[in-house]
Amino acid sequence: MNRFLRLVGRDLRLALRQGSDATIAVMFFVLCVVLFPFGVGPEPNILARIAAGVIWVAALLASLLSLERLFLTDYEDGSLELLSLSSLPLEAVVVAKTLAHWLVTGVPLIVAAPLLAVLLNMDAAGFGALVLTLLIGTPILSLIGAIGAALTLGARRGGVLLSLLILPLYIPVLIFGAGAIDAAINSLTPRPHLLLLAGILAAALPLAPWAGAAALRQAVE
Amino acid sequence: MPVFAGSELSCLRGDRLVFTGLEFSLAPGGALVLLGPNGSGKSSLLRVMAGLLKPIRGRLSWDGVAVADEPEQHRAKIQYVGHLDAVKPVLTAAENLAFWAALGGAADPDANAREALERLGVPHIAAVPGRYLSAGQKRRLNLARLLAAPKPLWLLDEPTVALDRAAIALFEGLIAEHRAGGGMVVLSTHTDIATPGGEELHLDDFAPYADDDDDGDDGDGVDGDEEREDAA
Repeated sequence: MNRFLRLVGRDLRLALRQGSDATIAVMFFVLCVVLFPFGVGPEPNILARIAAGVIWVAALLASLLSLERLFLTDYEDGSLELLSLSSLPLEAVVVAKTLAHWLVTGVPLIVAAPLLAVLLNMDAAGFGALVLTLLIGTPILSLIGAIGAALTLGARRGGVLLSLLILPLYIPVLIFGAGAIDAAINSLTPRPHLLLLAGILAAALPLAPWAGAAALRQAVE
Repeated sequence: MPVFAGSELSCLRGDRLVFTGLEFSLAPGGALVLLGPNGSGKSSLLRVMAGLLKPIRGRLSWDGVAVADEPEQHRAKIQYVGHLDAVKPVLTAAENLAFWAALGGAADPDANAREALERLGVPHIAAVPGRYLSAGQKRRLNLARLLAAPKPLWLLDEPTVALDRAAIALFEGLIAEHRAGGGMVVLSTHTDIATPGGEELHLDDFAPYADDDDDGDDGDGVDGDEEREDAA
């Protein structure tokens, strides 16, 4: 446990000192959402209608943006070899690095999302569901993304390949995430959507580290 | 009683057989120097020993217990130094080292890191971020891991690259000290590193031959002496 926290702490420290990864993800998220009113026109009803979907799609893309580097720097400078030789199981390494990634890129998205919802004239009834879905959904994005990031290590143009691999897997998260918000806005209960999202998280939590670790073992060989 | 041993090891990289029928054994206090031309499989053998690479045949064992059966215990016994220095540019040298010391199970990683840097003769770089370190300083920082998280078996892949003469002498002293304390060292090198009493392993003795007539069972690959016309 101590080693696990050490690794999380190191990754957080690296992210905060470099600064770029975290801020780029949030900036991208905000800009991406802000572009929509320019594209579809400033009609408040249309914006309110598409707000949930736009915010969720932007969140998917923003989390994808920083995922490529999740294991890449450690892979390139030899740290990954040493991590895989340490007494910390590789599965725990994946969880630790994914947790740090989520804290740095996922949490700022959750904080920024309500502001963007205001910007898109989203019905206030959906705000609670928006934050809740992102709270459950963004860890799933990081976990599934970790598998892709591990698989594309060593591949040329890994970032593009990563998007192609991972985006289809994000579809269920997008459906239930946006669905919960729509349900809340239409005064239905978002509960079933949230439970399904939580179910996906419960499945991803053990499976993604396991698959990610297997891919990392291939990568260091 | 050999402690760390390998038997009948064969290693495949891509579709090329790098070495085959390789045997070694290493007792406490022992040293094994891997020699051979480029591409003869020194790095591959070290990676096999570390467990990063699976041999396609053969087994590694500690006191007769196969490494494959107890990979965690094997990992707890080794320190591997590869070609890459694993130094993070935004962390200071002391932070870099303390992290690896903590991961290696040190009780007080910060103190261990300071002491290790001192023993490698570079206490002044402790507060310097990794990106400002020279190649030699990064290498010393990487070697300092060996001291910051002590393990019985050191696997060193060309450890003296980028080191100056004084540092090589210093490092030879550290190896001697490690061995005097019952530690073991396996290293590959192209320069001379003094390892008194150490065994030499010539990897081209285990190279698979292009004109191999009886390939099924390769008895003792040790006597494959003068046939060095391998297709490498």
